[in-house]
Amino acid sequence: MEKFLEGSQAAAEAAALCDPSLTVAYPITPQTHIVEDIAKLIADGKLKASHIEVESEFSAISAVIGGSAAGVRVYTATSSQGLALMHEALFAAAGMRFPIVMHVANRALSAPLSIWNDWQDSISERDSGWIQLFCETAEEVVDTTIQAYRIAEDKKVLLPIMVCMDGFFITHTMEPVDMPEKAEVDRFLPKYVPNYTILDPKKPASIGCFTFPKQYAEIRSMLSDAIDNSKDIIKEAHDDYAKIFKRKYGNGLVEEYRLEGKKIAIITMGSLAGNVREVVDSRKDVGLLRIRSFRPFPKEDIISALKDVNTVLIFEKDISLGTGYGALYPEIKSALGDKKKVINYIVGMGGIDCTVDAIDDAVEKSKYRKDGEAVWLFETQNT
Amino acid sequence: MMDTKKTFSHPPGASVANPGNTTVNKTGAWRTYRPSLDFNKCTGCGICTRFCPEGCIELGKPEGFQSKSASETKNPNPLKAIIDYDYCKGCRICEVECPFKAISSVVEEK
Repeated sequence: MEKFLEGSQAAAEAAALCDPSLTVAYPITPQTHIVEDIAKLIADGKLKASHIEVESEFSAISAVIGGSAAGVRVYTATSSQGLALMHEALFAAAGMRFPIVMHVANRALSAPLSIWNDWQDSISERDSGWIQLFCETAEEVVDTTIQAYRIAEDKKVLLPIMVCMDGFFITHTMEPVDMPEKAEVDRFLPKYVPNYTILDPKKPASIGCFTFPKQYAEIRSMLSDAIDNSKDIIKEAHDDYAKIFKRKYGNGLVEEYRLEGKKIAIITMGSLAGNVREVVDSRKDVGLLRIRSFRPFPKEDIISALKDVNTVLIFEKDISLGTGYGALYPEIKSALGDKKKVINYIVGMGGIDCTVDAIDDAVEKSKYRKDGEAVWLFETQNT
Repeated sequence: MMDTKKTFSHPPGASVANPGNTTVNKTGAWRTYRPSLDFNKCTGCGICTRFCPEGCIELGKPEGFQSKSASETKNPNPLKAIIDYDYCKGCRICEVECPFKAISSVVEEK
């Protein structure tokens, strides 16, 4: 059904369509509207769930871990400092293989304090074992949320997933969204059946137990394989979803836009891709490769998409302090090797608008830049 | 030369579905000091059973010990604190907490 609504509302409705039995709420800008909308959906009788309002994000992640351990579908949302507060538990959730789905409204990390969008929060959890899918539009948030439960709960995956959306750009912007009908979602996403040992007083068990070094290393190796292999299930869920709902996002891991035959490629994630599309349409020399799945990192798909490209411009809203680059740059550069010129643009930090003009200007001036340069963009005219 | 890809089959999430199996590990072997009870002083008050961090003291009737009757002693309770030496780690908290000083320790002899 066509609706015109705020991105955060679309996110909440999408989560509600997936029928979580436990929803956990703690507010943080710019995610607060999402958990408020979940509470309203429950109060209005549109979602039957146990709703807990906790006292901190650490409590929120602990509650969804507990719920997942007890064998039900769970949901929560956070942002920035809240995600950082969850840090140690994120590793525990992934290590214990709980299929939690969490919305992350990407927001800058303190200090200094910023409420506005960048990717530093989820980027900083890239080693946690959580799958991270970055959405460009409110529509994609809806579709990805529904796919996320299917991916996470797959027996071959059993990993928690962050569905990431740019704070304010998506959460507080009103967009037309085709909201799926419940009956259609039920065709795609089956009723929840836990595919793992659960906590049951009638059959006591322990999860996430102490291990000696050999078992620890082996189990972590299994975890690494699981997240690497999840690429196939991400693509499969994406394709199955497209058959019912008729919407695709590339192959599920990466999406190309007018990249065929181009020598220059812009790589980015999330809503910034929208601005890049404008630049691609006005110039004839550049194409877009949007990364949807940041974790697992789709190395093969990136190499294959960029095989005829000789200049790669990475636009990212994060910085890996101490390296001089963002998080995407070293991963992409090492995948591509020395044969291509790769330039890193650090943009949109703390919510600075990375405009169409700024991107166009950067593409123009990239002719004079060398491989391995990192450029911070602060204002439209700065390149 | 590094080994090629290995696959392992531990339960995902390092879960253990048969609880209580940790009892195969007899932590009594860790003891340096071995606490022992003077059953004549023990009143069966149960304070040590609550303080023991390992839960290895229970009240019961000690073998080979004849409780004195009410006329013979101020302390006729037949139930005394019995220590499970398979799991007692010798922390001596029971010794500290016993109000009747009924517990004393000696160095464990093997």
